Amino acid sequence: MTDVIDTPRVAVPTLTEAEAATITVTAWRVTWSEWLKLRTLRSSWLTMALAIVSVPGIGIAIAWSTANDWPNMRPREKLHFDPLADPLSGFNLAQLAVGVLAVMLIAGEYSGGMIRATLAAVPRRLPVLWAKVGVLTTLTLVTMVPAAVATFFISEHLLAVRHVAVGWSTPNVPRIVIGIGLYLTVVAALAMGIGAIVRNVAGGIGAFVGIILVLPVIASALPQTWGDRINKWLPSNAGQALMSISSDNTTLSPWRGFLVFAGYAMVTLFAASILLRRRDA
Amino acid sequence: MIEATHLVKRYGDKTAVEDLSFSVKPGIVTGFLGPNGAGKSTTMRMIIGLDAPTSGTVTVNGRPYAEHRAPLHEVGALLEARAVQSGRSARNHLLVLAATCGISTHRVDELLGLVGLADVASKRVGGFSLGMGQRLGIAAALLGDPATLILDEPVNGLDPDGILWIRHLLRELASQGRTVLVSSHLMSEMALTADHLLVIGRGRLIADVTVADFIRDASSDLVNVRTPDGERLRELLVGATVHVSASSPGRLEVLGMTSDQIGDIAAANGIRLHELVQHQASLEEAFMTLTHDSLEYQPTDVARA
Repeated sequence: MTDVIDTPRVAVPTLTEAEAATITVTAWRVTWSEWLKLRTLRSSWLTMALAIVSVPGIGIAIAWSTANDWPNMRPREKLHFDPLADPLSGFNLAQLAVGVLAVMLIAGEYSGGMIRATLAAVPRRLPVLWAKVGVLTTLTLVTMVPAAVATFFISEHLLAVRHVAVGWSTPNVPRIVIGIGLYLTVVAALAMGIGAIVRNVAGGIGAFVGIILVLPVIASALPQTWGDRINKWLPSNAGQALMSISSDNTTLSPWRGFLVFAGYAMVTLFAASILLRRRDA
Repeated sequence: MIEATHLVKRYGDKTAVEDLSFSVKPGIVTGFLGPNGAGKSTTMRMIIGLDAPTSGTVTVNGRPYAEHRAPLHEVGALLEARAVQSGRSARNHLLVLAATCGISTHRVDELLGLVGLADVASKRVGGFSLGMGQRLGIAAALLGDPATLILDEPVNGLDPDGILWIRHLLRELASQGRTVLVSSHLMSEMALTADHLLVIGRGRLIADVTVADFIRDASSDLVNVRTPDGERLRELLVGATVHVSASSPGRLEVLGMTSDQIGDIAAANGIRLHELVQHQASLEEAFMTLTHDSLEYQPTDVARA
């Protein structure tokens, strides 16, 4: 270390009694602190940027390449192309980024011991968890809803030349587009709960990926009668029902599925809150 | 003021703290002394509610820490050098903690200056040396102008200048009327810094004494005497415990009498003394004697093992 450090002093500055009376912990202050925490780590900027860019980025790539390639595409390929869902498929990457960020925000505090400083400052503990959830879900909602809406309009604009675009006023379209933002918001809350329970970044990301991405893959290997009954209740399948155009008996209806998904997130967070209060930090 | 009552902490079947009762008073520096693994850090974590006691209670200014509305104004704690996230700058680390209770940016900058980190305030704490990390931890502990300070091994990793600074800082903080509890496994450090000592070993309180008393007791009144007239002197030292060396009868170890008294008795009886030495046990020795039985990790005898 070649940094020159000043000679420290011992004249400790004191607060006036009036100042001291104001330095109480409030929910709003803890929320502001958590917002500062998120903002002051480069890793949060990177993962959030990835989440925000991935949806329009992938959407534009798919819409542009499809529009260009359209004359060469086979009829069956053209039939398979979903002008609404396909350009929005970037949410699959976005959910990974959002989940990783959520796990890092909470479990990351345990790896370096920061959590002890945090909980010493907020000894009631629960405000910390709610503040983290509040900050990240708000951030996700206010960035991912516009990202999804922008992706829709840009990709439909690109596809318009081939006359396969769908309009905003088409039934279910607003629900599906905005649903991407809502789904990702709940993903953030669920991943935050997982991170708070696991308290380890690598383990938390592993658990998150396992639940959101791997579980549906494994369940799809079940015999169909079983699969039809079980698959739709898996967290990510239930949540993604919000982005499906039609529902049958193998899927939950859009809003029901979304509520089930939100229910998983709430149960996870509830368990996390109990553990946060009970466990030694 | 910190008050612990019958504090017990068990991890599974391992007992870290066993029936610990003590109080830490304001206005003085209280040293919390014990060998590694004695339960010092566990006790400190229980004081600020990071670990929940298995049984017993501990209060800060009459209430459990978590019940205070302005916790950082009650207790400032330095528990580990690295209670940080390495990607954040020193200033942002303090700002984040300050934000939880509305402490001003101005105060954060003031404290960065106090601990001598103003010039590196915008650097990532991941690149900090152990000593710089300790200073940052001390700045964090002082954020809320706390009535009580709890510092776990604050001199760890500090250079001699830094150690001197900590000593002066602790004195200053105590003289302002604050309660200061500082742990160490080095008796010599505590003798220089603390006014009062809580000595623990294996989670139990071994001594609750002033440093002055501890030093007086530690300097045992063992006197080494060498004289050609060992047997006669021994008979004259009535009231003292005299141990005669088996190998040479002229060497006596006397307990319970000062060297002055022994010299006077010898002179009055015409006994020649070749050596008269008051044995000064070092503080470190006294501390080791006190805690010997409670060492968590006894070095094993290699020859026997």
